[in-house]
Parts: sequence; C-alpha cells; structure tokens
Amino acid sequence: MEAAIELEDLQRRYGERIALAGVSVRVEEGQTLAVLGGNGAGKTTLLRVLAGLLRPHGGNARVLGAELPGERWKLPTRVGYLGHEPLLYRDLSGRENLRYHARLHGVGDERVEEMLAAVDMAERADDPLRELSKGLVQRLAAARAVLHDPALLLLDEPRAGLDPAAAELLEPLMGRESGRTRVLVSHDVDGALAEADVSIGLKDGRPAAVGRELYR
Amino acid sequence: MMSGARAILRKDLLIELRTKESVPAMVLFSVTVFVLFHFGLDRDSLDGELASGVLWVTLLLAAVIGVSRLFAAEREQGGIDGLLLAPVDRTSLFVAKAAALFLFLTAVELMAVPAYAVLLLGPGLGGALPELLVILALANLGVAAVGALVAALAAETRARELIVPLLLLPMLVPLLIACAQATEPLMRQNPGPEELGRWLGLLSLYDVVFVLLSVAVFDFLLED
Repeated sequence: MEAAIELEDLQRRYGERIALAGVSVRVEEGQTLAVLGGNGAGKTTLLRVLAGLLRPHGGNARVLGAELPGERWKLPTRVGYLGHEPLLYRDLSGRENLRYHARLHGVGDERVEEMLAAVDMAERADDPLRELSKGLVQRLAAARAVLHDPALLLLDEPRAGLDPAAAELLEPLMGRESGRTRVLVSHDVDGALAEADVSIGLKDGRPAAVGRELYR
Repeated sequence: MMSGARAILRKDLLIELRTKESVPAMVLFSVTVFVLFHFGLDRDSLDGELASGVLWVTLLLAAVIGVSRLFAAEREQGGIDGLLLAPVDRTSLFVAKAAALFLFLTAVELMAVPAYAVLLLGPGLGGALPELLVILALANLGVAAVGALVAALAAETRARELIVPLLLLPMLVPLLIACAQATEPLMRQNPGPEELGRWLGLLSLYDVVFVLLSVAVFDFLLED
C-alpha cells in the first residue's frame, strides 16, 4: 500500500542555515504523525514543505502520491493546513472569508454553512474578524482548513487559543475521529504522543529522540 | 480559471470598500499634486504639452500607491499562503489583481480628472472627452498589467516601498510617452486629434506586450 507521506533524508535550508536535514518518516493513510521539538527546531518548516509551500532542497518527499516539489500542484485540493496564521482576512466576516475560500476550492455555499455550524460560529458569522477573539478566529481557521474535505491535515498547534470546550468541538473536524491522515505539531508532548501513531523529534532541524530532551 | 479570479477580485473590491485604503489615498494624492501645480506654476490654465505632461505624470505617480498596496491585504493578514494553498493558478491571480488595479485606477480618474480640469484646464476638455476616455482606458490596462507584475515581485520583500517605484516607473516610460503624446493635441487651445491613431496603436501594443509578458512570468513569482 502506498504511504500517505514518505520522506527520505529530507533537507531544507534558508540561505546557508540548515532548517531540516536527514528527516525520514513514513505515515500510512489515516495515521497521525506527531512532530515534536523546541522553538526553531524545524517543525513549521516541515509542515510547510509537506503543504507544498516550501521546496525541499534535498532528499525525497512524496505526499499523497505527489512527488515534491515537481507535483506540488496536485496538493491544494487534498491538503488542509492550519498554521500559526488563520489565513483569513480581518476586514471580512467569517462567512465572507469561508465563502471566499469555498469559491477558490470550488465548494458550494451549503458546505460553508455546514462548517459554520460545526464550529458553532453560525450566530457570529457576519461579524468582521477584527471584532472576534483569538479563539473564535481559530475556530473559523479550523473550518477553513477542512472546508474542502482534505485527505491530509497539517496542524501546527491547532488548539492554541482554544478553551477546552472549543477544542472538544473541533475534534470531529480535525481530531482522530475525522479519519484523515494528520501531521500534528505540538509542544504538548504527552497529548501529541497519545494521539499519534508515528512520531518524530526534531532538534536544530535534525531528527532526535522523542522526549523531554528535545526542549533542553 | 475564471471562477478563482472572480473570487479573488470580489474579495479585493470588498476589502477596498470596507477599508477605503487605496482609492481615497490615490485620489487625495492626485488632487494635492494638481493643487501644487496650480500654485507652483501660478497658472489657472495649462495647455498642450505642459497640460498633458502634468496630467499623466500625476496619474502614474498616484498609480504607484495603488500598486504598493495591491497585495497589502495578503501581506498584512497572512493571505498569500491562503492563495498558494488553494487550487488557483497564478494566471487567475494575475487576472484578479490586474482587474482590481484597473478598477481602482478608473475610480481615481473619475474624481481626479474633473479636479484637474477645474484646477488646471481653463477652457476645459470640450469635445475631446471621448478621445481622452479611450486613452485613459488603454493606459489603465497597461498600468494594471505592469502594476500587478511589479506588486507580485515586491509582495514578499522588505523594501517593497522602494522596489515598487524603482521597478514600476521605468517600465511605464513608454506608456507615459504614448499617453502624453496622444493627449497633447486634445489639450491645445484649438484641439485636434492629430496622430491620435498612431499613439493609440503604440499604447495598444504596449498593453498586449505587457499582458502577455506578465502572464508568462507570473507563474514564477510568489515562489519560496
């Protein structure tokens, strides 16, 4: 069976600085990969490479059957990305933002209403984002990430800014029960490992043993 | 392709309607420059080459503001990744951004050209308005094509306030020459559309070349 993600000796630099080196991992369809490491370890860079936002500079990377970087054009319809930025416009309302992304992805407005209901934002869907709290914006960002029903979810601290009730609310969309292949970046080592089928640790961009030592 | 372009254009127009950040600034800049010329030259009425030059240099400098802000919403609100993560080709993005700039320029001219006529064009445009509208439309198309290209080039650079005018203005020199030459006969005391066809032809050629060039190059922009 073809893996959802297959990385072999993946490398990425920013100028002369090595951001990722020697990263290898295989994730099967439906599995969750936990990516752990301290600040600046290369976790977000790895997610951005997997999303097709950054080109790998060495090694082999295959995501959902697409060779990177050559076939990264195949990814947008099948990958959902929830990063540090919500990728939503502050001057538009939640509904306008989701409808905009729905049109970019060729998804109908009924799916937008479904997602607004799923993240319990239907009542405040017409408020401009600049008037919403960080937690409410994060709910809309989660709805944006799964709007096109992606097979692979790339999640960078997805629960940041969410209260426990909101985190629970989003579980069906981006938790294990969503059934999607997931890559989960988190500083919550125990929580991430509890969710993960596969895990990798990163330190200064290189693979490292998973554990508390990653943060020292 | 067009549905993606329509969605991006609609979003850009909606954000401009809400924030009013680009068009009012461009209008205010243009009117201020016309007022400066009015007092600086100490004349109520210009004609011929001077009238044409003042109008076009002012409009093109105002366009720099619009070009600098063309990707502002993406840059300031984290939307460039949102566009790159969507199944939208770069040509759609170019078409949307160029169309938004074209509409912004048209909106600016609807207010700036009458202000110019009041402040600096004593006898008025008279019967030359239809010809001027054609020149403005062709100029806007050229500026929109070049502007969208330059805006994308500068979108993720730190020195974009410097890069936009330094790249844009030299690329607009042929357009400025054609616009000023086409407009000059219309602004004489005794207007006449001399050689208008020749300069409109040059403007059209500029538009075709830069639209094609921008479409060809745009695919390679916004890469990491």
